[in-house]
Amino acid sequence: MLDSNKDSLKLEAMKRIVAMIARGKNASDLFPAVVKNVACKNIEVKKLVYVYLVRYAEEQQDLALLSISTFQRGLKDPNQLIRASALRVLSSIRVPIIVPIMMLAIKEAASDMSPYVRKTAAHAIPKLYSLDSDQKDQLIEVIEKLLADKTTLVAGSVVMAFEEVCPERIDLIHKNYRKLCNLLIDVEEWGQVVIINMLTRYARTQFLSPNQNESLLEENPEKAFYGSDEEDSKDDKPDAASLVKRKPYVMDPDHRLLLRNTKPLLQSRNAAVVMAVAQLYFHLAPKAEVGVIAKALVRLLRSHRSQGNWAAAKAALSVQGMFEPYLKSFYIRSTDPTQIKILKLEVLTNLANETNISTILREFQTYIRSMDKDFVAATIQAIGRCATNIGKVRDTCLNGLVQLLSNRDELVVAESVVVIKKLLQMQPSQHSEIIKHMAKLTDNIQVPMARASILWLIGEYCEHVPKIAPDVLRKMSKSFTGEEDIVKLQVINLAAKLYLTNSKQSKLLTQYVLNLAKYDQNYDIRDRARFIRQLIVPTEKSGALNKYAKKLFLAQKPAPILESSFKDRDHFQLGSLSHLLNAKAVGYQELPDWPDEAPDPSVRNVEVPCYEEEEEQEQVKKGKKKPPQDEGKGGSESSWEEGSVSESSSSESDSGSEAEESQSEPESKRRTTVRGRAGQPGRGLLPLSSGTTPLPCREVGRSSHPPPCTGLGLSSCPSLSILDQLITSQPQHVPTAFLPPSAQMLSPVFSTMKTYELLHRMAGEGLSVEYYFNRQPFPPDPHMVAVQIQFSNNTESEVKNLRVSEPKLVSGMRIQEFQEIAVEPSGSMVGIDTCPQLPGVNWAGSFSLWHVSSSTHSRQFYVSIQPPVGELMAPVFMSENEFKKEQSKLTGMSEITEKLTLLDKCQSDHTIVQRVTAAANHLHAPSFPTGRFAAKTVTSGSLILITLEQKEAARAHLTVNSEKMVIGTMLVQDISQALAQ
Amino acid sequence: MIHSLFLINSSGDIFLEKHWKSVVSRSVCDYFFEAQERATEAENVPPVIPTPHHYLLNVYRHKIFFVAVIQTEVPPLFVIEFLHRVVDTFQDYFGVCSEVVIKDNVVVVYEVLEEMLDNGFPLATESNILKELIKPPTILRTVVNTITGSTNVGDQLPTGQLSVVPWRRTGVKYTNNEAYFDVIEEIDAIIDKSGSTITAEIQGVIDACVKLTGMPDLTLSFMNPRLLDDVSFHPCVRFKRWESERILSFIPPDGNFRLLSYHVSAQNLVAIPVYVKQNISFRDSSSLGRFEITVGPKQTMGKTVEGVMVTSQMPKGVLNMSLTPSQGMHTFDPVTKLLSWDVGKINPQKLPNLKGTMSLQAGTSKPDENPTINLQFKIQQLAISGLKVNRLDMYGEKYKPFKGIKYMTKAGKFQVRT
Repeated sequence: MLDSNKDSLKLEAMKRIVAMIARGKNASDLFPAVVKNVACKNIEVKKLVYVYLVRYAEEQQDLALLSISTFQRGLKDPNQLIRASALRVLSSIRVPIIVPIMMLAIKEAASDMSPYVRKTAAHAIPKLYSLDSDQKDQLIEVIEKLLADKTTLVAGSVVMAFEEVCPERIDLIHKNYRKLCNLLIDVEEWGQVVIINMLTRYARTQFLSPNQNESLLEENPEKAFYGSDEEDSKDDKPDAASLVKRKPYVMDPDHRLLLRNTKPLLQSRNAAVVMAVAQLYFHLAPKAEVGVIAKALVRLLRSHRSQGNWAAAKAALSVQGMFEPYLKSFYIRSTDPTQIKILKLEVLTNLANETNISTILREFQTYIRSMDKDFVAATIQAIGRCATNIGKVRDTCLNGLVQLLSNRDELVVAESVVVIKKLLQMQPSQHSEIIKHMAKLTDNIQVPMARASILWLIGEYCEHVPKIAPDVLRKMSKSFTGEEDIVKLQVINLAAKLYLTNSKQSKLLTQYVLNLAKYDQNYDIRDRARFIRQLIVPTEKSGALNKYAKKLFLAQKPAPILESSFKDRDHFQLGSLSHLLNAKAVGYQELPDWPDEAPDPSVRNVEVPCYEEEEEQEQVKKGKKKPPQDEGKGGSESSWEEGSVSESSSSESDSGSEAEESQSEPESKRRTTVRGRAGQPGRGLLPLSSGTTPLPCREVGRSSHPPPCTGLGLSSCPSLSILDQLITSQPQHVPTAFLPPSAQMLSPVFSTMKTYELLHRMAGEGLSVEYYFNRQPFPPDPHMVAVQIQFSNNTESEVKNLRVSEPKLVSGMRIQEFQEIAVEPSGSMVGIDTCPQLPGVNWAGSFSLWHVSSSTHSRQFYVSIQPPVGELMAPVFMSENEFKKEQSKLTGMSEITEKLTLLDKCQSDHTIVQRVTAAANHLHAPSFPTGRFAAKTVTSGSLILITLEQKEAARAHLTVNSEKMVIGTMLVQDISQALAQ
Repeated sequence: MIHSLFLINSSGDIFLEKHWKSVVSRSVCDYFFEAQERATEAENVPPVIPTPHHYLLNVYRHKIFFVAVIQTEVPPLFVIEFLHRVVDTFQDYFGVCSEVVIKDNVVVVYEVLEEMLDNGFPLATESNILKELIKPPTILRTVVNTITGSTNVGDQLPTGQLSVVPWRRTGVKYTNNEAYFDVIEEIDAIIDKSGSTITAEIQGVIDACVKLTGMPDLTLSFMNPRLLDDVSFHPCVRFKRWESERILSFIPPDGNFRLLSYHVSAQNLVAIPVYVKQNISFRDSSSLGRFEITVGPKQTMGKTVEGVMVTSQMPKGVLNMSLTPSQGMHTFDPVTKLLSWDVGKINPQKLPNLKGTMSLQAGTSKPDENPTINLQFKIQQLAISGLKVNRLDMYGEKYKPFKGIKYMTKAGKFQVRT
């Protein structure tokens, strides 16, 4: 059926095959037939083939290779779902030969436009890593890039990849820590769990313990106050250490951020998330704040999904003390499964204190009558523990337990005997009655452990029951041969003790027992008998030890401590698998201890706008990581890709991602090379402005992104002449016409060049095209707007004959085409200026797309450029008087006013200027109290004036005066949007 | 993360297996069977079973064991919660989640599982998204598919996957716009022999069925939000708004979902709506015991108590029971020793009563413990905690939706000790 032409038949066949796989039947014989269908158009067939491939590719590696090309094609599909699923399958077929292909695909996908595909890339990382761990370094690079991703969809998956591939590289997190904290709430639930667990570990290494002061005070309050001499003398650096310790603890704001942002997640419906937050609080929060998790944990416990709540209960065991208000939630129902009953019991016992013990004991009394005998036994033990912990109720408990001795169920009696034994050991003298009672029980009780306990008790306290003890021994010696080993040992023990205290009555009996034991099957018993005989029975040889025999046997024994069996699991991370099993699971990562001194918190600073020293630091760091020649002017493909990522992320939102920063640095290097080579004063303009004003420095660094392409030289490129012309002509135009008094004022105008994507390299088959408005006058025709277009070739092969063919222009538009670019070698970039003119007459029309089809020698791509209105003008310099004069002319219909509320971060003049100039190519007229901006439209030269008056309480009036009303309204919209961001 | 999943029915057959990484041989389940044998009841199987190379985590629901195999450290609740989510998804897709249904729809199940996990890490668990990727089977669709040859599998990425509201798909359209909310409260209580309450708590949930066009933004406010002590929300609820104003503000998912689950603070006294009077006595000597139960209403705020069902696990010594109920049906299973009495509605004038004798095994002494009685009941149109929804408003869309709110009180784990 698989060979048939009809999709429906194929589908039917595939369905049957998948059903076979599901049932665990081997369907690998069909591999060749199935693989053929991997290119099938029907999406359901395709999916099922994928399912099949993933299952069997490992077994039939050679045949699986046949399918690879299909996936590679799928990776370039315009549909993001298909791209993602192709990557998923490609990375899921575990065939070592395709590792390089996978690596390439992951790298590609990591910079895909669609976050879904990026998420899939993050998923693919651990798969590749498990297949070939040699790729680790490259994978870490990809992880680093993805960690900087701002979408919530990716965050969870990439952290998961991080945890599996390189959990030790905690330094990768620094830059992203705050972002992760802030995104956390919007990440999908499963991602939240992983991120929270990772952040717990991170915080443990990066912050100081919030409880250190307390614990210090608890341990040695005096020392904390007066400083300790001993400690100091031991300590290598006594002063520093004690200083750090004495300094009042101030929580790192980032630590606080984490705690604050995770708290709402306690309300999550997902138990795993709640648990993750609970463990985070347990391990990270100051003691006073840990209490908040109690409520949430009790909720988990109560949840009706019975099997889920044992985990919570186990957690509750570790986190004692805060559950007191919820005591009744732990009361046990007869319908609970046994394990939960026992856990609840454990919690109840741990919660017991003097005030609530009476209620708990009353509750226990009901449990004792339960039909579930294991549970009853556990309850009796719990009572014992309560009794030892709380002295007040010991007698009550003991009496209760003694009553249980008359229970008909043997298990119950046995368990009580064992517990009573332990209790009696604490205060034997007052309870000879009980011992007598228990001695009587030996006739009835058959459970060996209980019999042994009774015998031990009688032996130990034979002085309190002098008459009964020998009698018991007599009975026991009769039945000796039929007893269990453990009982036999105790019989011997009893005999020895009696022999020592009351040798008259028991000498013969002891001899008899020892003789019996001598021929016992168990060597342990034979040994013991021999050993004891030598010890107690006086013979000629064994003089020395004999004297001490009494001391040996009847020494005071310390009372046992009844402990919970759950006591010693605190060293595992709460809620982890290891914690649950109390054994280290594979891959468990130890929670690190708090550091003594906090590592430098500044590593997490990312969004601080460009401080000189920080950048220097960064440069030093980067310099270490990558050899500088990598970012040389050759512009290798990888570094270019990085660049394109930084562009896309920067257009999304504010600066701050790491990729961007890393980009800014090589950029500055390139800049210098440009300057060095050209050596013209006009080119020095950009570096100059960056040197003098620290704040926009980085911005300029980014905006000067294009120069590297021009500076790349590309001596073979014909367009270079245009560019050169442009650049050289720049100083002539700018200073004469508009150059403001200081370069500082001009820099914001350049600061925010956004790059727009014209052709993605997925769609362009390796050729990617971007454009931006460089805001420079276009020398051949001053009435045109310059658009700089960059081509970059990401393919292996050369791209030839790039040109614009048949531009479809809206009426009234002009374009000056660029010359054909003959050859573009692989991995190179070309920058081109092209200048459409957008005349003022036909505004509405010109905003519709500007269609250009750029075509290579074989392929044609249709692209369109849509200029924002702000780019269609050039800044004008005018004095205040001029400005007012012009403004007064443009009132009425040509004045548009809007009221705005400025956000906090936009309050300062500087940011306002920055944002407005980013939105529109205006010149900020200096020295006015209110923000004023002036510009002319490039085509018609009509004035556009912007006034921004700040009122109190963050209000502001935005006025735009222009005779072009359409421009005016659009500009108002753009600017108010820019300010609202 | 999660390596493989095995579905095992109660008779111990592995009827479905799915691997997300390398194939794990199904012989790993032997460890599970071992543990299952040791545990007397299905619920008693330990949820985590360590084996030399793997860990088996299991969930028992709808008489199916869902056994997940993991190899490395994972938060166990992560896996358990995921398994529960799998079950919920199946239930959502097929209405019921049973062995037969899963076997019938094995291909859809497989496709769904494939989408839910990638390399063992959850990929899409929102049922809205899944349903767009793989459409749930209906009779109509099967017919259409066979005729037109179209498929169950969506070829576009669900829009929700990428948006900020992943739980809602775009372009929802209804001719009748409705939003129904069910406030359901369950009373968990333990009542002692004398009829006094040992512990009683109210767990409540608000389940919603929202069928609204477009992207509505709803707010739901309560008359007495202070009652709610501990709440957990569907991810769509804006937490900040709740913190500051105690208002639920959310963009709802499409269709059925659980908006909120809450717990009413233990400080408030919980009204117990029914009482049980019982007289169960065994005598040591005779082989007959007396048995009598009466159920009556108490604090029901004038509403009738319906759907009353009494079950009790009798001690092993009870051989048979001969009882006569004043109303309803009763059964006693001599093998499992389970007595159940379907009472139905309680009429306050004539209280339902079950009376008779038990025949005990001769020679055995009387059991230590009287059986506990489990009670189930329902009260319509009443939220026992007194919680009341004040109003529901919709923003963001123009039309007027039809709104409805229903209250119900049920017994949760309601147990009477005797």
